[in-house]
Amino acid sequence: MDAEAAKYIGAGIACLGMGGAAIGLGNIFSSYLTGALRNPSAAKGQLSNLIFGFAVTEALGIFSLLIALLALFG
Amino acid sequence: MANNPIDQFKIRPIEQFEIHPIVDVNIGGLDLSFTNSSLFMVATVAVASAFLYMTTSNRGLIPSRLQSISEMSYEFVASMLRDGAGSAGMRFFPLVFSLFMFILVANLIGMFPYFFTVTSHIIVTFALAMLVVGTVVVYGFWKHGLGFLNIFAPSGIPLILMPMVIAIEVISFLSRPISLSVRLFANMLAGHIMLKVFASFVVSLGSMGALGVAGAILPLLMIVALTGLEFLVAVLQAYVFAVLTCMYLNDALHPRH
Repeated sequence: MDAEAAKYIGAGIACLGMGGAAIGLGNIFSSYLTGALRNPSAAKGQLSNLIFGFAVTEALGIFSLLIALLALFG
Repeated sequence: MANNPIDQFKIRPIEQFEIHPIVDVNIGGLDLSFTNSSLFMVATVAVASAFLYMTTSNRGLIPSRLQSISEMSYEFVASMLRDGAGSAGMRFFPLVFSLFMFILVANLIGMFPYFFTVTSHIIVTFALAMLVVGTVVVYGFWKHGLGFLNIFAPSGIPLILMPMVIAIEVISFLSRPISLSVRLFANMLAGHIMLKVFASFVVSLGSMGALGVAGAILPLLMIVALTGLEFLVAVLQAYVFAVLTCMYLNDALHPRH
């Protein structure tokens, strides 16, 4: 297998990591929505926690995308 | 395969991140050239400083629109710092505000076509993250002496588990500069590479006749959506960097868990 092919295969496998990040993001938003529907008045106060949790979890998906891009173009 | 004439037509998304010296400066063998990255860092500082200075120079008690923007950005960072690090944390306000404004303006300037994104290089974001962690460590040891090491020993843990918990806490502390820098770097890099890749799809489809040109609308719409997302990510990453900085500074100010 030559290097070019291995690069593409490696990039493809690295993208599987984003599935985990997607599940994590779904967890965050679903628990926020569940809580907001039970206690709507408290929802606004947690908005900044939601955005922060989203960004930190998204970061891990981006780390995996970074590995894929480094495999493709580095 | 070397010097293949087709190479000049290949689309290389990684080229937008290349650093080119504008003014060659060589001091004692060290390459300290003024590069395109330096140029955009100067531009970032100039834009941020000019905006903040000019909107607050003729300040009135009832603020004008632009003055409100500066005041709101101050209040935003100040409330974030107070929430994260307590009122004692306000002594770090210049650091946190400078970091937030630099990263925000640098990310946003990179969104313009043909402009260079300063924060898309790991060395830049690593320097910013090391600045934060260095401040935390130096201030923690200076203020609390060896009591600063209490952050690795949270209260309420049974003594049996302590060694393992301390090891885990140390490793997670050491991973802070890495995660802080790579988060910002990877978001910026991935966003810009995606924009370039979809732009290359537009070009590739457009070169394939009438049907291709019609089909090229789809990647173009995707670029529009991605640009909107990238603006959101630019602001969000600056916010997340600043919030995490506040939380890490809280560790330096109040080490006993």
